Amino acid sequence: MIFNMEFETLPREALEAIQLRRLKEVVSRVYATVPFYRKAFDEAGVKPTDIKGLADITKLPFTIKKDLRDNYPFGMFAVPMENVVRIHASSGTTGQPTVVGYTRRDVDTWAELMARSLAAGGATADDIIHNAYGYGLFTGGLGVHYGAEKLGASVIPISGGNTKRQIIIMRDFKPSILTCTPSYALHLAEAAEEMGVDFENLLFKSGIFGAEPWSENMRHEIEKKLYLSALDIYGISEVIGPGVAMECLEAKNGLHIFEDHFIPEIINPETGETLPPGSTGELVFTSLTKEAFPIIRYRTRDITSLSYEPCICGRTMARMKRVQGRTDDMLIIRGVNVFPSQIEAVLMDMDQVEPHYQLVVEREGTLDTLTVLVEVGEKAFSDEIRDLQNLEREISHNIKETLAVSAKVKLVEPKTIARSEGKAVRVVDKRKL
Amino acid sequence: MHAQQISVFLENKAGRLAEVTKVLSQTGVNIRALSLADTSDFGILRLIVNKNDEAVDALKAAGFTVRKTQVAAVEVPDRPGGLNELLEYLNSRGINVEYMYAFVTPTKNNALMIFRFDDTDAAVSALLEKGFAVIDGETLYTM
Repeated sequence: MIFNMEFETLPREALEAIQLRRLKEVVSRVYATVPFYRKAFDEAGVKPTDIKGLADITKLPFTIKKDLRDNYPFGMFAVPMENVVRIHASSGTTGQPTVVGYTRRDVDTWAELMARSLAAGGATADDIIHNAYGYGLFTGGLGVHYGAEKLGASVIPISGGNTKRQIIIMRDFKPSILTCTPSYALHLAEAAEEMGVDFENLLFKSGIFGAEPWSENMRHEIEKKLYLSALDIYGISEVIGPGVAMECLEAKNGLHIFEDHFIPEIINPETGETLPPGSTGELVFTSLTKEAFPIIRYRTRDITSLSYEPCICGRTMARMKRVQGRTDDMLIIRGVNVFPSQIEAVLMDMDQVEPHYQLVVEREGTLDTLTVLVEVGEKAFSDEIRDLQNLEREISHNIKETLAVSAKVKLVEPKTIARSEGKAVRVVDKRKL
Repeated sequence: MHAQQISVFLENKAGRLAEVTKVLSQTGVNIRALSLADTSDFGILRLIVNKNDEAVDALKAAGFTVRKTQVAAVEVPDRPGGLNELLEYLNSRGINVEYMYAFVTPTKNNALMIFRFDDTDAAVSALLEKGFAVIDGETLYTM
């Protein structure tokens, strides 16, 4: 179902006209009200009046996570505190948390976007939504909650944790939509099994999963174990929270970005240059309508690509692919961007091998070499050298096909890939640059 | 008339072979024959032992990738041309030998070879048909 038929199916030209008008507004506003942006624009030699067309967005400087930290806690707010009705913050696991604020209208916008997202995932006013995203400073819980109410659905604000109670509520209330992180969905499946509750007997029709990276394989696993349609939702608090982009039930192929509120760009994370549609690179967002915490060209560090192809669901909004990795994990090998997650996907697609691997990058002379160590489990182990050599060649071939990078594959014994605190070390970069 | 062989995946690095023999020694498993096939990166250690299940369990517990493979132990006349005769016969029957290696304990007048065929059943019946002696597993492990 399309929640906002008018905006979600706007013809491209009409959408871009709205985007341009809103972009000009937000750029003028941040220049006038946020010292950080005024300074950054001045340093880049750009004035709000230089924005004459959408393409002029590339004249604006980027905003990065560090900028938000440097302006901790409220330095990036564009309205006086009396107009701020809500504050959220990131967990700050890698340093100072980033703090975001919302005006009353921002909260409404966010609810609208989450209502659109839930509707795209099959939810209607008749549905009961089991919302297991955490409520609190984290945007997940309240974001979904307001969207569900906006849609008119019945929301169970169960939040995260206390898994046993969650299963009992599911069994007794029979919710039809599940919202949580994909890993928690699998955890719920395990817990239900232990408690003798079968998801097949519950009434879930879809699940809206996000807030962490996941894969197509995980989607299949969740769908099999939870008997529902598993959909991907994207959102980061710096942009607004959940509801920036959402997969539609009809296509399940890329997440529609609500472009009347955000302009997405894909850039080369090394050079900052904007890449043409279809290219894979770092996702950058500019918010168009947010009042309290507008953001200009925010580098998300998420890696994906954009498609402007029409979708069978009728939405005209661009679609972003499932996030493929983070720029933080990116390796550049002979000019090719390589993410451990891409190698993992290649391995997951092969039945014989398990995704226990490590990338070793070395430099021989001036040439980078990539060696992929893959642990040999019982499924892959053949008594014949020839078979194992063929397996190495096949993995190498598949990597070349998918990533366009040559890799030497080396089979190693199980559990030999270094694990630190239970997490495997995926990349060893031996290049001395 | 088949025998079980244990195959172990080994990385080509110092001390791995000794690690296998250590595990087997601690488990009280006696190695009857072995062969090592290798490339520059990895190798496959093939073993005939006196206690298959114990050996497999112990090696798996020690973290090795292990599998059991079906092989045939065949007596080869211990004289010039003895092995050649056998191989020519197999060739004439269109039976493919994947690999083979010698067993450490010779029997009276014959040498003993371990063969891995692509089709063990067909190979064993062909050999028996021609009068070659194929030793069954139980006898082999305790020879």
